Amino acid sequence: MLQIETWKRVLVWAVVALGVILALPNLFYERVERYNDAEAAIELGADTPENRAAAEAWLDFLPSGLVNLGLDLRGGAHLLAEVELQDVYETRMESLWPQVRDTLREARDEIGTIRLQPSEPGVLRVRISQPEGMPRAVELVRGLSQPVASVTAAGAQSLDVSAEGDELVVTLSEAERRASDDRTMQQTLEIVRRRIDEVGTREPTIQRQGADRILIQVPGIGSAAELKAIIGTTAQLTFQPVVSRTSDPDQSAGVGNEILPSLDQEGVYYVLETAPVVTGEDLVDAQPSFDQNGRPAVNFRFNPSGARAFGDYTAENIGNPFAIVLDEEVISAPVIQSHIPGGSGIITGDFTVEESTNLAILLRAGALPAELTFLEERTIGPELGQDSIDAGQVATVVAFVAVLVFMGLSYGLFGLFANVALILNIALIFGLLSLIGATLTLPGIAGIVLTVGMAVDANVLIFERIREEVAEGRKPARAIELGYEKALSAIVDANLTTFITALILYVMGSGPVRGFAVTLGFGILTSVFTAIFVTRLLIVMWFERRRPKTIEV
Amino acid sequence: MRLKLVPQHTNWNFFSRPALWLGISALLVLLSVASFAVRGLNYGIDFQGGTTIRTQSAQPVDVAAYRAALDGLGLGDVVISEVFDPSFGPDQNVAMVRIQAQEGQEAVTADVIEQARGALTEVAEDIRFTSVESVGPKVSGELIQTAFIAVALAIAAVLVYIWLRFEWQFALGAVVALAHDVLVTLGIFSLLQIRFDLAIIAALLTIVGYSINDTVVIFDRVRENLIKFKTRDLKDLLNLSINETLSRTFMTSATTLLALIALIVLGGDVIRGFVFAMIWGVLVGTYSTVFVASAILLRLGVKRDWTKPSGDQTGNQFGDVDA
Repeated sequence: MLQIETWKRVLVWAVVALGVILALPNLFYERVERYNDAEAAIELGADTPENRAAAEAWLDFLPSGLVNLGLDLRGGAHLLAEVELQDVYETRMESLWPQVRDTLREARDEIGTIRLQPSEPGVLRVRISQPEGMPRAVELVRGLSQPVASVTAAGAQSLDVSAEGDELVVTLSEAERRASDDRTMQQTLEIVRRRIDEVGTREPTIQRQGADRILIQVPGIGSAAELKAIIGTTAQLTFQPVVSRTSDPDQSAGVGNEILPSLDQEGVYYVLETAPVVTGEDLVDAQPSFDQNGRPAVNFRFNPSGARAFGDYTAENIGNPFAIVLDEEVISAPVIQSHIPGGSGIITGDFTVEESTNLAILLRAGALPAELTFLEERTIGPELGQDSIDAGQVATVVAFVAVLVFMGLSYGLFGLFANVALILNIALIFGLLSLIGATLTLPGIAGIVLTVGMAVDANVLIFERIREEVAEGRKPARAIELGYEKALSAIVDANLTTFITALILYVMGSGPVRGFAVTLGFGILTSVFTAIFVTRLLIVMWFERRRPKTIEV
Repeated sequence: MRLKLVPQHTNWNFFSRPALWLGISALLVLLSVASFAVRGLNYGIDFQGGTTIRTQSAQPVDVAAYRAALDGLGLGDVVISEVFDPSFGPDQNVAMVRIQAQEGQEAVTADVIEQARGALTEVAEDIRFTSVESVGPKVSGELIQTAFIAVALAIAAVLVYIWLRFEWQFALGAVVALAHDVLVTLGIFSLLQIRFDLAIIAALLTIVGYSINDTVVIFDRVRENLIKFKTRDLKDLLNLSINETLSRTFMTSATTLLALIALIVLGGDVIRGFVFAMIWGVLVGTYSTVFVASAILLRLGVKRDWTKPSGDQTGNQFGDVDA
């Protein structure tokens, strides 16, 4: 007969209560949001009266998790960037050259003179004048190779060294490239995160996607262009020796040199040695400041090894110019007046205050190891987001009321039970979404509305079954029991198949589509739970009180 | 007095002209494929690359003036359309500007947006860009591929599931019905040239989910009746099963459609295409359950001895799946 053990009843109500409590903060969205911000601020030491007041506006013992609003609802910027991983191979090879040169020079008797050959990016080609010494040269350069620092590539070496005639060819090995790609991605993520944190926005999403992509979503930022200004620059700072100054960008620079344009003087180019004396990696601090003429500038300080390298170089090259290069453009090329031992300096150029502030941020956060190419960018204005929320709310309420009325008219008292379950169902969806901090998007709202429509399906199946059983002349209790029993297999099959599609949608989809998959999937779980357990419990409780001789479904 | 969409007991014959209905369905699919081949789909930037700018202004949208302003910029193919929605206020005049992917560029440059903004500000002073979205050709190519894989995967997964839970004839019938639903939906999008973007793929998958839901409920009843009436003619048995579940079919379609209609009327223009696809899918999915999936099942026939694997109790049949 119709019986449900007490512990099951308690469990069902406990789950429902938990869901409702978890969903509760969303009804007071702004207040809880301010509370969360204030709590975080106080945690960080900003114990102001305003923060105190905001922190007291919500009860501490209540959950404060909220459903995140997606960019399409809150407004903000979305960028998908591809990291140019091969940039790193190039840099690695360029910086390897001095080492290779020094190593081979020591064996001059066996291999003769060496000369760097022009080559494709990421490859180092060295011609030696005594080809018979090639095996020795290969062996020496192989000595520079190191084991790859990666678990998956144990035992592999970092360099591939081979001989082509009288040319020695050095490239990064496959294993090293993979390890390097991984490091580059980690670094890029970290630096993008630091830069966005420096600007201080709420809850940015910075995720790796696939092998070489990064997804960046920043709510509340004005436009994707603004975001690109912060993360789009690689900010690679180098100090390079100047060979000469020229006005012809197509002039031959000579092997091991490069020609770079001046940042602020049009038509001026510098021939520079490619291998830098010091790079931005050796910076420990950078602050916006002003030079002695009151123009915006950036002060910087080197770490000890950078300071030593820079000090040594300036001591040896008094009277020669060196170039401060930022992202392949010469900011300035001052002449070294004296030995600079302190490890600090100033970058002057034609900056505005804003530019010098930005540059300082970029230098502090560190350079991106590789350039970013933007594949996708979206900006949603906050007003459009608000319009969408408003429209979504109205539509949800109307859909909800329509379905409630319809169910009430169709199934009477049982319809009301289903309606209670439906209301709890929505609360449970929001509870689950808040619990895992999922993101609600506009298609996500559509998913909820669809759930409102489809959630009643399980109950409809059950009620129709009960009707049939009653029509066949069964007693009420038996009819209810059989109705649930027989409908179960159809409910499970139907919902499992829908759940499979939601799962595929989640795995394959991105952004808003994923938001839809999440609400649809959760909606299936909660609707099956409420239909099978909650309405059943409601009906059983009603039945126990009334003991009706006949039921009308 | 209860609201009833269909009488409690119906005895409608759904298979009086099975060839006719299958023929109509096949024709619909053929028309859809033809439209797809001839007119193609009106791909949004998600799938084709390019930039869309949504503008809003208190002044009425003058499409010709917008076009004149933007044509001077040499941005290639520019499509401008005004957007209407009952939820817009009187000073909310919205237009969508679509700019093709620029040669040799992945995403749009800030320049292009600035230029467009400058040009449009000359036409309407208070113009605001409420959203700017730009997708490079590289990503859009991948997105379309992923989307089609997702739909194919979903159908394949359903095929396997039904096969395991029922018999291959059921699986085949369900999958043909699903393919029919997806193709006919693509057909209507192609025919009406409604913008086809990522959200529509989500809608397609939901249609797959809804349609299979509907089909499974009827198949479940067919299986139950196969056990109950071991010798009954398959055609009668299918008719009986469909009639028995008819009330539920109408109820669920009705509540889902009620919710979707609320959404299409009140939910704003941004998701209208998405909701339209779903409404269409609910209608087509309900139709295909009876006239495609069940009709195919009737053609293929099923095994009639169901006593062996699952016994008489329908209620605990999914026990063997959990195990």
